Amino acid sequence: MDLSAINPVLLIASLMVAATPLLLAAIGELVVEKSGVLNLGVEGMMIVGAIAGFATAVESGSPLLGFVAAAFAGAALSVLFAILTQFAQANQVASGLSLTLFGLGLSALMGQSYVGIKPPRMGDIHIPVLSDLPVIGPILFGHDIILYFGIALTAAVWWMLKYSRMGLVLRAVGENHDAAHALGYKVLRIRLMAILFGGACAGLGGAYISLIRVPQWTEGMTAGIGWIALALVVFASWKPWRALLGAYLFGGVTVVQLNLQAAGVAIPVEYLAMSPYLITILVLVILSADKSSAPASLGRNFHASR
Amino acid sequence: MIRLEKRPQPSRAWSLATPLVAVLATMAFGGLLFAALGKPPVEAIRTIFWEPLFGEFAFYYRPQLLVKGAPLVLIAIGLSLGFRAGIWNIGAEGQYIMGAIFGAGAGLAFYPSDSFLIFPFMVIAGAFGGWIWAMIPAVLKTRFGTNEILVSLMLVYVAEQFLASVSLGLLKNPEGFGFPGSRNLQSWDAAHNAELIAGTGMHWGVVSALIAVIFAYVLLNRHMTGYHIRLTGEAPRAARFAGVNPARLVLFCLGTSGALAGLAGMFEVSGPSGQVSIDFNVGYGFTAIIVAFLGRLHPVGILLAGGLMALTYIGGDIAQSNLQLPAAAIQVFQGMLLFFLLAFDLLTNFRIAIGKPEVA
Repeated sequence: MDLSAINPVLLIASLMVAATPLLLAAIGELVVEKSGVLNLGVEGMMIVGAIAGFATAVESGSPLLGFVAAAFAGAALSVLFAILTQFAQANQVASGLSLTLFGLGLSALMGQSYVGIKPPRMGDIHIPVLSDLPVIGPILFGHDIILYFGIALTAAVWWMLKYSRMGLVLRAVGENHDAAHALGYKVLRIRLMAILFGGACAGLGGAYISLIRVPQWTEGMTAGIGWIALALVVFASWKPWRALLGAYLFGGVTVVQLNLQAAGVAIPVEYLAMSPYLITILVLVILSADKSSAPASLGRNFHASR
Repeated sequence: MIRLEKRPQPSRAWSLATPLVAVLATMAFGGLLFAALGKPPVEAIRTIFWEPLFGEFAFYYRPQLLVKGAPLVLIAIGLSLGFRAGIWNIGAEGQYIMGAIFGAGAGLAFYPSDSFLIFPFMVIAGAFGGWIWAMIPAVLKTRFGTNEILVSLMLVYVAEQFLASVSLGLLKNPEGFGFPGSRNLQSWDAAHNAELIAGTGMHWGVVSALIAVIFAYVLLNRHMTGYHIRLTGEAPRAARFAGVNPARLVLFCLGTSGALAGLAGMFEVSGPSGQVSIDFNVGYGFTAIIVAFLGRLHPVGILLAGGLMALTYIGGDIAQSNLQLPAAAIQVFQGMLLFFLLAFDLLTNFRIAIGKPEVA
């Protein structure tokens, strides 16, 4: 065992990379849940985004185009969920599960000819003086653009929910859809928008895994990250900045256990690989005592009788 | 103008017809999917649904139907109890794995004894393994209010890692020339879950699945606990006033589904699969969710749905070798089935009305 082989600067830098797919998916789901919809299909939308982004990036040679395609693919899959829950009034838990099962199959089908290919590399940004700073440079100013986009998106969603009229309406729909309907807000339309946004974010998160974090395509490569993102929304008490904090915490756990595996710690690899899931459960247990911040209409379908 | 009107009572006719309509819609869209993949659609559908039952090699495939259907039905019966009451155990895959590990481990501890008590002991250990794994989300939910969906799902990944660990370590075959995986239970008579009647595919898992169906039917229709389950699902507030203890119901539903999933894993590891290995689980725990819904959460429906799903597995295998249809296409096909089922369920609870709504 050689812990000195772990470079703290690289560790923190890779922590931010590991956290980004989680953050993107969690921010998307946060908005969906704020509108009162529980979409358990995050894992399915992520993996479809992962392969759609990967395939597009490989075919076009442009990773950025891949991310755009991933967002569209995630949103397209979420339309299915929206049709089931908003128009066909299906149970949201069952619909979300079906989205995940369908997405896992669909991605495996789409990805058959992409196994073992290297995607085009997404360049890291380089800011002349800042990126060259020791320690701070590689940690804060030497990443790809999507990572910063994730942080910017967190800020935007926070502002939108807290200060904008749109955010107020969204929250109203999530807290009490009957009252919102009575006030004349289009409950279904607003929820549809939120679901589409969540799908696009999950797609982006998936593509971040296949294009930047790993980067290659393997079947089932999201390995539960979509589910951890769902747990993260609970962890964050539906607050964007706490989702960022949570994502970095889980990213940290993932990176540390990978580094410990590489350093050859005496704990067997399998037990280290379990740790992110076990820690998710632990965090859920600690935080589940307080449910007061959950949107009141979460998971309930809305049907205007007249 | 087309709009939806809520039915005062869910339509019984549509409730029964929906699964059939969903299967037909899936066949149609599945055919389109296969055509898009460059395979002959009618031929592919025929291969999946006809070949295993009445094709040239049906004598070989029909027993397989029982072998693949039994774990699906066993798991889905357990899941349906919880689903009816709004208790979502979606970690059956993990409970299945733990059942297999506990069952095989309990047997292997006595290797190479040939006592007739070994197999019953393995059955109990397998059920216990699944039960204890499901008790984790159950207790966390009743004690701390933790979401059982996320916890049970997280435990699937933990169980998969544990499976890798035991097949490389604790349960590894000492005479296996260093290959991962346990001793083969098929070649050890005392622990082998052999066919009861040779050539039929009938093993103890199939028998248990049938018992589970009857047990669930009696429970739901003739027993107080079953009544509480249905009441909680249909009118949670009324259930609370009627004195239903939600915590006990969570423990019962999750525990039962865990034990049944564990049993399924144990029968699989000691019979058709034979050994604990890294890739032992093939997703029965997740497919069983589709089976439970397709069977309308009704025991008899689940029995039929389990058979149908087993058919798509076997037919999918045949289509894979005959038509080079990718394995993932079958997965998409099964996912689609659940989609259509949920979508067409609209017609059970709503009526499509044409024209302007009347003023009430």
